Amino acid sequence: MRITFKQVTGLVFIALLMSGCASSKSRIMEGGSQVELRSYQTRSYESESKLKAMRAVMATLQDLGFVIDKADDVIGIVSATKLDGYALQMSVSVRERSSSVEVRANAQYNLQAVEDREPYQNFFTALDKAIFLDENL
Amino acid sequence: MKIIKYILAISAIILINGCASTIPKEALALTSSSLEERQLQSRIYEDVTEQQVLSAGVHIFQDLGAKITETETDLGLIVGEKDRDAVEAGQVATVIFAALLGVNAAYDTNQKIKFSLVTTPVKLGQDDKRWIARLTIQRLVWNSHNQLSKIEAVKDEEVYQAFFEKMNKALFLETNS
Repeated sequence: MRITFKQVTGLVFIALLMSGCASSKSRIMEGGSQVELRSYQTRSYESESKLKAMRAVMATLQDLGFVIDKADDVIGIVSATKLDGYALQMSVSVRERSSSVEVRANAQYNLQAVEDREPYQNFFTALDKAIFLDENL
Repeated sequence: MKIIKYILAISAIILINGCASTIPKEALALTSSSLEERQLQSRIYEDVTEQQVLSAGVHIFQDLGAKITETETDLGLIVGEKDRDAVEAGQVATVIFAALLGVNAAYDTNQKIKFSLVTTPVKLGQDDKRWIARLTIQRLVWNSHNQLSKIEAVKDEEVYQAFFEKMNKALFLETNS
């Protein structure tokens, strides 16, 4: 029996579909280059209080079209979801340092972690405005 | 030539499917409509405490039949949600018509609506007597095939107007009792 090119490509295609991009268990401990990713996701604000930073985070997320799901000022965490034909979930943590607060954000777009620099840059640009302009309406 | 065609077709499909789609560029950026939406979704209340605004909000959520799922008073947040019917007569009529033609179309059947109210002092970081209350709403709609048919933010002006009218009344009662 002669295997045609058509059959081979068909099989390759099915195998690609079934194998996807990686085994599903590999997703559990996935994560890109830790140091680089953290640097995209983190920004420090000098002489700001934790509470003020957290309120600014919440106002910024609302400006970006998110609905705030959860917030806790003791641990310093805000979770929010944006639905716009897609689901974008975001967690923002705020930690107090000696003379500053450190804000770290991570996002999930549908079923995928957001690891590009640009979306985080956009987020912090918006947050900078909320913190420095300090006038919300 | 045929081989090239196949390779092209397969690479196109892989490109389209990829591992997953990527985040839209504007998803985390402020846009020209951000300010407009903020104004639509916010009101300023004067000579009130944050607790009074939040408490009025809780009452409105309950009036709307929502379940309160999260509250954080130090940061000024209340979250509520409700599951409701999502059937629209027009859609059902279309589906019946489609069924007559032998097409198994779907119509929307149920929805989850989520409300989130955040209070912020007009000047951040200060305990003010002027508070901004901002409501955001989103909903997920499922159809008769049990598939998600809509995931969206609610941006209708009349919805927010109706909410804040109720808020005004509730706050009046809250501050005068």
